[in-house]
Amino acid sequence: MQLEELKRKSIESRKKVIQYIYNAKAGHTGGSLSILDILNVLYNDVMNVSPENFDSNDRDRFIQSKGHSVEALYVVLADKGFFPEEDLLTMCQYNSPYIGHPTKSIPGIEQNTGGLGHGLPIAAGAALAAKKDNSAVKVFTVLGDGEMAEGSNWEAMMFAAHYQLDNLCAILDYNKLQITAPNADVMGLEPIDQKLESFGWAVKHVDGHNLEELSNTFNNLPIVAGKPSFIIAHTTKGKGISYMENVLKWHHGVPSKEQYDLAIEELDQQLQELETVLK
Amino acid sequence: MENIKTANAANLEVFSEVLQDLAASDKDIIVVTSDSRGSGKLVPFGQKYPDQIVEVGIAEQNLVGVATGLASMGKKAFAVSPACFLTARALEQIKNDVAYSDNPVKLIGISAGVSYGALGTTHHSLHDYAVLRAINNISIVAPADNFETAQAIKEAAEMQSPVYIRFGKKAMPANLNSDATDFKIGKGRIIQEGNDLTFIATGEAVLPCTEAAKLLEKEHQISCKIISLHTIKPLDTELLLAAASNGKPVITVEEHSINGGLGEAVASLLFQNSFTNKFKIVGLPDDHTVSGSQIEIFNHYGISGEGLKNTVLNLLKL
Ligand SMILES: Cc1ncc(C[n+]2csc(CCOP(=O)(O)OP(=O)(O)O)c2C)c(N)n1
Ligand SMILES: [Mg+2]
Repeated sequence: MQLEELKRKSIESRKKVIQYIYNAKAGHTGGSLSILDILNVLYNDVMNVSPENFDSNDRDRFIQSKGHSVEALYVVLADKGFFPEEDLLTMCQYNSPYIGHPTKSIPGIEQNTGGLGHGLPIAAGAALAAKKDNSAVKVFTVLGDGEMAEGSNWEAMMFAAHYQLDNLCAILDYNKLQITAPNADVMGLEPIDQKLESFGWAVKHVDGHNLEELSNTFNNLPIVAGKPSFIIAHTTKGKGISYMENVLKWHHGVPSKEQYDLAIEELDQQLQELETVLK
Repeated sequence: MENIKTANAANLEVFSEVLQDLAASDKDIIVVTSDSRGSGKLVPFGQKYPDQIVEVGIAEQNLVGVATGLASMGKKAFAVSPACFLTARALEQIKNDVAYSDNPVKLIGISAGVSYGALGTTHHSLHDYAVLRAINNISIVAPADNFETAQAIKEAAEMQSPVYIRFGKKAMPANLNSDATDFKIGKGRIIQEGNDLTFIATGEAVLPCTEAAKLLEKEHQISCKIISLHTIKPLDTELLLAAASNGKPVITVEEHSINGGLGEAVASLLFQNSFTNKFKIVGLPDDHTVSGSQIEIFNHYGISGEGLKNTVLNLLKL
């Protein structure tokens, strides 16, 4: 997909994330905004997956390990045509399938997640299956930086390197914040690249909001043949809405009417700026 | 201790205040959290007693392991984490390191049952009574009001054996029966007397029983006894057998799967003692849980004044 088109999608999707969270009066706002560009690039420029091939075993797989940021995934899947976007108006309401975490009852979603530290082991198992089938399927998963404290991730990392799963790509949404405080105060994970490398992974740092860099990276995997790839995507929690950026309370903060208007105004402005640059 | 807030506070706030009070004179009180300080209402505790709070990050297995180590050295370790993760992710640590190895860790499961509402099944804990009931050497407690919460925490701090205490998220009544001032883990509490049937409930499921009792009294002149069975293990057999001895219907109510929880514990006791009372277990069915807020989920499954009233009328065939 054209870079300009991807850029437009990112801003429009941010607007939708805010709209549906505002409507539901619930959501994990900050983390949805920090993974949005990653999901946009994966679904619109990298992965071989669409409503048309979703029944085919040949589709690429995406497993969102940090399930709480489901709003970003919902918006990207709706835009891909997996379900009507209006469905999201029921998000988090009584009897709605669109709950606050990914579930397989929603078209396009591969696995039920929400408990942290589950995505990478599942993704590793799926990648192993693809290898056994000599299939070209690639498996992607996105993890939170706070989530990295779960031991299951490190068990899966040993496993993926041991089985040389170079069809597996884990993406760290490195927004540096979790619920209580910055990772550095809760449970430091640095030097994360050296840790991942020492576990046998090929590692690359990227700007998690630079669509071009994300696209180039994801379209040139594996980084090293025979090794699983870990992409450390440096991101901003609350990206795109200045008063939310890097502010702890927006982990699951819901905007008031005034804040909502302000957010939409800011995103509209970004859209306008994009149009001006394009002209 | 006088200043402890009890009216309409979430039981977690009461929990946090009691702990601060205890920590003031007891340096052995240590709270262990897994990125759960805010949800556990423990921010003020952490500010006041920074040396008595330990953060492990999002790592529940490590949480229980570390709490075990602290307890083994004589610390009064409170491991605080969402009930769903604490009793599922760290179940082996609970079974082996806490219960089997007899380390008196105080496990605090927060936002339990369906408190997380629309966050769904990954965040619900409808299995915790069942799995912990099958583990020897651990008490299971779910307070129904802020009085029970404060008492349970104070008692747990001094307990020499493992205990699991389960808390919800929403505001709780201060005290469902201010005449019942005796509290002891392992002993149920009578919330009200009544002649026609007995509700046996635990945790946040007790309040809906009081609402049903009012409706039944007013609309059908049915008088209900209500027991807050805040301790699910060990079971207060004496109180339960005495309550059932009038032969009147028994209805158990819990924010838990109907499999393996309070209801089955009571049923097992009564059946093995040859009771033949009419009996009904109300809880979450063995089914995919409906989505919605806690109150919507309660209403959906009849854990409400109206729902329980209808259950009773059905049971009595009225
Ligand atoms: C096993 C488990 N423990 C705890 C939680 C509760 N929880 C949800 S989000 C979150 C913080 C996640 O932080 P991070 O991984 O950095 O995500 P992000 O910053 O991208 O939102 C926590 C503790 C959970 N969902 N699963
Ligand atoms: Mg983070």
